Amino acid sequence: MDLAASLGLVAPEIVLSLSGLVLLLLAAWGGDKGARVISVAACVALGGAFALVAPSVCTGASGPDTVAFGGQFRADAFAGLAKLMIFAASGAVLVVAPRFFERLDSMRAEIPVLVLFAALGMSIMVSATDLVTLYIGLELNSLSAYVLAALLRNDERSAEAGLKYFVLGGLASGILLFGMSLTYGFAGTTNFGGIAVAVSDGLSIGQMFGLTFVLAGLAFKISAAPFHMWTPDVYEGAPTPVTMFFASAPKVAAIALLARVSLEAFGSQAGAWQQIVIFAALLSIVIGALGAIGQQNVKRLLAYSSINNVGFILIGLAAGTADGASAMLVYLAIYVVMTVGSFIAVLLMRDADGNAVEGISDLAGLSTTRPALAWCLMALMFSLAGIPPLFGFWGKFVVFQAAVEADLVALAAIGIAASVIGAFYYIKIVKVMFFDEPADTVKGAADTPHWALLAICALLISPLGYLLTGWLGSLADMAAASLALAF
Amino acid sequence: MIGIEHYVVVSSILFVLGVLGIFLNRKNVIVILMAIELILLSVNINLVAFSAELNDLTGQVFAMFVLTVAAAEAAIGLAILVTYFRTRGSIAVDDVNRMKG
Repeated sequence: MDLAASLGLVAPEIVLSLSGLVLLLLAAWGGDKGARVISVAACVALGGAFALVAPSVCTGASGPDTVAFGGQFRADAFAGLAKLMIFAASGAVLVVAPRFFERLDSMRAEIPVLVLFAALGMSIMVSATDLVTLYIGLELNSLSAYVLAALLRNDERSAEAGLKYFVLGGLASGILLFGMSLTYGFAGTTNFGGIAVAVSDGLSIGQMFGLTFVLAGLAFKISAAPFHMWTPDVYEGAPTPVTMFFASAPKVAAIALLARVSLEAFGSQAGAWQQIVIFAALLSIVIGALGAIGQQNVKRLLAYSSINNVGFILIGLAAGTADGASAMLVYLAIYVVMTVGSFIAVLLMRDADGNAVEGISDLAGLSTTRPALAWCLMALMFSLAGIPPLFGFWGKFVVFQAAVEADLVALAAIGIAASVIGAFYYIKIVKVMFFDEPADTVKGAADTPHWALLAICALLISPLGYLLTGWLGSLADMAAASLALAF
Repeated sequence: MIGIEHYVVVSSILFVLGVLGIFLNRKNVIVILMAIELILLSVNINLVAFSAELNDLTGQVFAMFVLTVAAAEAAIGLAILVTYFRTRGSIAVDDVNRMKG
């Protein structure tokens, strides 16, 4: 494959990196006055990258034509579908971020640039078919994310969130990297295809250690239990649009990456990683459900909810089949919509002075004071809990179906039981909103872009979302097929 | 004769020291940054030793990438630490407790 063809395959990444660099220069020259313009330009760049990726998803691109730079990078339908979710979530963040930061008088021109670089890093992650590419993409995303978490320089909680995220993220990168060095040493190559050949007749003890460390490092990044302890603190402390970003796009990227590493590089040794993934899935579901019960802060609660959801997504991966990977992608797409919607609802919770309120008790009686917000939030909570008429149920249904077809009946049964426990705290929020005495704290004025995004999310997760199941399912099937072809 | 096992043992010891440095340290955050650096350098020993053992350049190229990223990571870590110190006036690990968890 020649250089021109390779460059054609990385066109979305080239668009993102060039526009990121140009906007960085503009931000340095123009200062914070131009922050709004730069946000809009960053949104346009993400839209351009989205349009460049879309054709490969619709045609189900797969096979050797999608491999760029001698096996370093693969632009197949699987990566494409993940990229579409990543770019859409990043775009939504860029729409809501300026208003939030302007209200705190701390809108800086580098915020959209950092989001753009993080999106570029995630886009490289999901396409990586070599440990070096994987590491560069992951770090480009993580380093931007550390800065984003600590953006509110005068807020103690934001600085602490940044520090905690940095320390634990650095540790995770270290563990991941140590695993990659062992994998390289004992498999003799950093290429996923080469690793697959090297491990095809059993794992040596060194390869086993390498695989375990790599999975542990990635579990940190997707905040799967037992490596979830940073999540509630970082989600609570980081500025709300940044939390919305952390809960949506990087999850998609890291889970897609995890799927590629386990299914492509270690696909022939499914037995070895399946146990680890099943353990992490069950623990995440249980800890996510139990940890959320005592929470008083909405952002902390949503952090536990994201740990819980990651567990369900890992059930799809644990199945270790193309159906499982497809179910995982369907769940991820629904999860991104639900998360973005929930955090936009949190962003709309403001008191009369326009300051953000985050307590669950502040939601009391929201159905009488702000009925539209209360009904949207109710739909989102029921959808997160997986209650049937709403679209969140479909995601859970497909992953459990994949697990049962892969003979993981016990895993599916425990997952379903734990999701009932999880439903408790989602329903508690609905109860507070609809049956408690009005607290009358949420009364800030709303603005159109927030409502538009919230309406789109609410519409997608409403029963109308089921009209999309055929289309979404066929896209996810093609994406999973492009992944499985690599065996 | 020093073989590949010796290198892997040394790098594993350094890695474990780095991880313990993060978890056992109760004094200040700078030590944690040093521990993270130690982990990354232990990985580099591994990569370069395997690269020589396998007669394959990839490991050394990888080590260069790791060094570059480690420099960027240290810069960002120190910058976040400065912001944190400005708001709290302390970098003691025990004071990082504004949020429970």
